[in-house]
Amino acid sequence: MQELEQADNRSIRITREGNDRVVIEKDLSSEEMILNMGPQHPSTHGVLRLECKTDGEVVIEAEPYLGYLHRCFEKHAEMVDYPGIVPFVDRMDYLAAMNSEFAYCIAVEKLLDIEIPRKVEFLRVMVSELNRIASHLVAIGTYAIDLGAFTPFLFCFRDREHIMNLLEWASGARMLYNYIWIGGVAFDLPSGMKERIGEFVDYFRPKALELQRLLTENEIFVRRTKGIGIMPADVAINYGWSGPMLRGSGIEWDLRRNDPYSIYPELDFRVCVPDGSVSEIGDNLSRHLVRAYEMEESLSIIEQCLQKMPDSNGFDPRSAIPKRIRPKAGEVYGRAENPRGELGFYIVSDGKSTKPVRCKARSSCFVNLSAMKELSRGQLLPDLVSIIGSIDIVLGEVDR
Amino acid sequence: MEEAQGQAKVSPEVSSAAAAYAVVHEKFGDAVSAFDDNPLMPFFEVLDVMRWQEIALFLRDHPRLRFTYMACLSGVDYPEEEKLGIVCNLESLGALDHRIAVKVRCSRDGGRIPSVADVWKTADWHEREAYDMYGIMFEGHPDLRRILCPEDWEGFPLRKDYQEQETYHGIKVPY
Repeated sequence: MQELEQADNRSIRITREGNDRVVIEKDLSSEEMILNMGPQHPSTHGVLRLECKTDGEVVIEAEPYLGYLHRCFEKHAEMVDYPGIVPFVDRMDYLAAMNSEFAYCIAVEKLLDIEIPRKVEFLRVMVSELNRIASHLVAIGTYAIDLGAFTPFLFCFRDREHIMNLLEWASGARMLYNYIWIGGVAFDLPSGMKERIGEFVDYFRPKALELQRLLTENEIFVRRTKGIGIMPADVAINYGWSGPMLRGSGIEWDLRRNDPYSIYPELDFRVCVPDGSVSEIGDNLSRHLVRAYEMEESLSIIEQCLQKMPDSNGFDPRSAIPKRIRPKAGEVYGRAENPRGELGFYIVSDGKSTKPVRCKARSSCFVNLSAMKELSRGQLLPDLVSIIGSIDIVLGEVDR
Repeated sequence: MEEAQGQAKVSPEVSSAAAAYAVVHEKFGDAVSAFDDNPLMPFFEVLDVMRWQEIALFLRDHPRLRFTYMACLSGVDYPEEEKLGIVCNLESLGALDHRIAVKVRCSRDGGRIPSVADVWKTADWHEREAYDMYGIMFEGHPDLRRILCPEDWEGFPLRKDYQEQETYHGIKVPY
């Protein structure tokens, strides 16, 4: 490349490509520009700021800035007792509160070493899988709207509302449930709810297929996602990716299967990975597909739970909840498969207090987002939107 | 050898971690502590802090260890021992399927821990978080800034002796 300065201060840029092709650009400013995306930007799904270093429409590097929603969960956790943390956990990943509660309770129960009634396990798995579908519906719906498809967004939110109603019926709250407690759940299922969940499963099956066809067979959607933001499997592992992100890179890794907890070993489900026929392994479309497939697996898990769940006559879901939760001294790392990946809690107890000495949340979005810098390198600015959408971040969990 | 009696009781998770530890101990000897085989979270501690990065690379690349995946890195405050530290939960994802936890500690004021951000990229942001919350300095970290708190925040919020500042840009902080 050769830069010439003319007398009138206009620069001429001569680029030699190959042997003969010469590109001459006149009057073009060639310096890099810093472009801020967010904190208030529809495609960042919350308050995230991306500082993009751009050269024209090409992103040289995008650096995420976090902390706009930082409430210091970990400090709060050191100030309230173990059961009191559950509502705080809800507010981390507010789109999948059931799953977050589940992960936290698993960690504390490991520390307490208590046995959970079998029926409670079924209830937990069922509400978590319902919540997983709701969360994936938001992910898919907002991803579609990021890329300009409005209808799937409406369909997703319509169907999600049914789940919200079901979970509200079970727990009393629409989004932040405080339903899964340490050692049990807050309430047994209301009478008639099993049938209603069954009806929902039957209703949603064809809708999921419709959604799938609406997006995955949509030429515009495929062109905006296929082959963009490719993450090789080994790099994904090195970045600590988990959940649909890691599976999108072709690795069959699911904590429900690989580090099984609760009653998942008894259930029959598939760990979804893209086969490369529609998408390129590791690209945006793969991650979207994994979420779409997973909804169907969740439906089948819910059905199995409905079939296998023990009868509930005179069942007290709070029977195993300890009166006073004061674990013996020790530390534990407990985790569960969230819709966004591995949510882990590192909890330290000193054996004297009813409050944890340390409660660290390993947030899946936080880790997934940390690869943004790598993913964004050399992408077009509109593709950046497509990449952020495919990561499916919830800023409440990123910042905690 | 001394565990031979209790072998039946030890869970496969702990025994696989113990086997992994044995490989590390063979190579690094006194630089690592004895293995703590508690059933909840088996771990060992790195005693020679300056060799932490070398040990981390060994953990990741040795064919019998292959801890390719760092699940979590948490900062911890140990006020009684005047120390700060990190706890890393490692896992051999997709390769050997075993897990182990590693602890590294440094002194409370001016203590340094070598960064492992180049070994596992996950550690990059987690170390920034540990610096943000505990003030642990990670030597050789590519970009050690606060990540969750504002850049001009005073003090390290998760230290046990933390006192929040009175005002922040004219806003009253304690509520």
